[in-house]
Amino acid sequence: MSTNAQEIDNLIGQKYKEGFVTDIEVDTFPPGLDEEVIAKLSAIKGEPAFMLEYRLKAFRHWQTMTEPDWAQLNIEPIDYQAISYYSAPKKDSDKPQSLDEVDPKLLETYKKLGIPLDEQERLAGVAVDAVFDSVSVATTFKGKLHDVGVIFCPISEALKEHPELVKQYLGTVVPETDNFFAALNAAVFTDGSFVYIPKGVRCPMELSTYFRINAANTGQFERTLIIADADSHVSYLEGCTAPMRDENQLHAAVVELVALENAVIKYSTVQNWYPGDENGVGGIYNFVTKRAECRGANSKVSWTQVETGSAITWKYPSCVLIGDNSVGEFYSVALTNNYQQADTGTKMIHIGKNTRSTIISKGISAGKSQNTYRGLVKVGKNAENARNYTQCDSLLVGDKCGAHTFPYVEVKQPSAQVEHEATTSKISEDQLFFCQQRGLSAEDAVSMIVNGFCKQVFKELPMEFAVEAQALLGLSLEGSVG
Amino acid sequence: MLSIKNLHVSVGDKPILKGVNLEINAGEVHAIMGPNGAGKSTLSHVLSGKSGYTVTEGTVTYKGKDLLDMAPEIRAREGVFLAFQYPVEIPGVSNIYLLKAALNAMRTHQGLPEVDAFDFLTLVKGKVKLLEMDEKFLYRSVNEGFSGGEKKRNEILQAAILEPSMCILDETDSGLDIDALKVVAAGVNSLRAADRSFLMITHYQRLLDYIKPDIVHVLADGRIVKSGGPELALELEAKGYSWVEEQVA
Repeated sequence: MSTNAQEIDNLIGQKYKEGFVTDIEVDTFPPGLDEEVIAKLSAIKGEPAFMLEYRLKAFRHWQTMTEPDWAQLNIEPIDYQAISYYSAPKKDSDKPQSLDEVDPKLLETYKKLGIPLDEQERLAGVAVDAVFDSVSVATTFKGKLHDVGVIFCPISEALKEHPELVKQYLGTVVPETDNFFAALNAAVFTDGSFVYIPKGVRCPMELSTYFRINAANTGQFERTLIIADADSHVSYLEGCTAPMRDENQLHAAVVELVALENAVIKYSTVQNWYPGDENGVGGIYNFVTKRAECRGANSKVSWTQVETGSAITWKYPSCVLIGDNSVGEFYSVALTNNYQQADTGTKMIHIGKNTRSTIISKGISAGKSQNTYRGLVKVGKNAENARNYTQCDSLLVGDKCGAHTFPYVEVKQPSAQVEHEATTSKISEDQLFFCQQRGLSAEDAVSMIVNGFCKQVFKELPMEFAVEAQALLGLSLEGSVG
Repeated sequence: MLSIKNLHVSVGDKPILKGVNLEINAGEVHAIMGPNGAGKSTLSHVLSGKSGYTVTEGTVTYKGKDLLDMAPEIRAREGVFLAFQYPVEIPGVSNIYLLKAALNAMRTHQGLPEVDAFDFLTLVKGKVKLLEMDEKFLYRSVNEGFSGGEKKRNEILQAAILEPSMCILDETDSGLDIDALKVVAAGVNSLRAADRSFLMITHYQRLLDYIKPDIVHVLADGRIVKSGGPELALELEAKGYSWVEEQVA
């Protein structure tokens, strides 16, 4: 192997920066899952009766299901009875009413993650809901949002304060029987965010949630539900990290988005769960079901994701385009390194007339990792003039990694137009040498080239996330990518 | 400025350069001509630090320092600039971003603060004007979709911003029509200075019509077999490389 190739290997083998553990007192359930555990969980959360029924229904169905095995993933069997299904900071009984009452250690954790809640509240205009293990710790900016009628709170709180809204929409996009992990989530989800944007309201700020798994041997099952009523607009950001631990931890989330007539939802994710070490030990198993329904005419949902973490990523943020003229978008950067495996992509289901979708996927594989794009474009028989454009690019770094592309297309309407473009390239030694000859270190050169490769997706991210995303890709680039 | 002594270079087991000697003083323009396979590009690659070449013997001293001991990016920051024969494309990275990153790498190396965004824009726009380029160039991805002439002009723009001491031009004339050649040559000539040296590698004499060298060398079979003034280039053009090769043999 030449010097440059070795340098690339060293560069991409960077240490996980968010691998600290926060030492705080927690209440954790003993490992194991049965109906009693679910009942206890529901009781702790003080949930309305319909939730317990919903959970038990999901659990009973889950017991009849088996894990999906169609993905291009090699997964060690998961012992679902060895996982604890609830972990919370101890002061749960008297939940903090304001940031002043939040455990300073928790706030310190968020500072390490670069999310100074208090500062953000003052400066950034970003309202943050932070989910630590299983409970929501603090939601900032609640007052200001309340003034315009926006509800942004932990879903556990929404279940108490707006049960009718939750009941109306929960599980209507991703039913509890949808798939193995979604069923498990429905049975045991602990917290997550709830957003309701009333008719005609443009949410005055970006809404944001940070998830962190802290306790050992716990699973995190968060549930997010966003409803954008007619003519409303919202941009939502989600970030995730976890400490370094030798054992694999399970994360099975469900996100449901509902866009009514003329509504726009922009959902951005930067996922940086612990990916395991360079030998593939430890790391998060990330099985996520994210789906949006564009129910109203002219509605639009845009998913943007930057996936750099997790030992295993199984995730297909999708759009069901029901309303006529509705639009679905999926912009994705997925980077895998060492022994990471990602099988990710999207589904665009065209049902209404003149529905349009765009898919831009950028996969970067390094080390001994495997990176798979899997996407479905489905055009139903009534979706006249539906259009899809898919672009799917893979970048290989080194010669021990793999990139795979599985595009599925099902069209039942003759007027539909579906386009697919795919490329695979490598960072060439010539590119690297050219940059070095202009004075850049090999590290900066790789960063720059990878950033350039991802630019189409990064420009879809909100400003503050774009910066974080670039940093996450192991980049020391500061400021904007010109 | 640059002193090459008895340089032997192999690729794998195959010797390419077999004892090159060359002295370049500050402000001088040297041209190296030679037939295909003589080792011209190898010389430019070895001087700029490209991997894949083994120096088996000899030394290269640049401004009193051992050049061969430096990593490629250090050579660049110390002022050794290679204008590539085939400039690579970097999709998604804008020209202006690359220029700024390169300039800052150099400034940091020199212990200077990073360039102020406003000063940088003024500097770049000035150089773009000087080289008669369109400002739109700056915002396009590095070399992506550029014509041959645009790529070479872009290399000269980079040199103009980075202000190297030792400029190596590797077959800068290749792939250029006569109009493009004139523009690129004018750019190079505008960079000539008392404290800046040039090493031009070329196959044809025509480049030398536009960039007048002080000294012309003929590289054949891994050695410099003949050196002389600009008239040597004309003689070569008339008689062909076989003339030199016969003389040496």
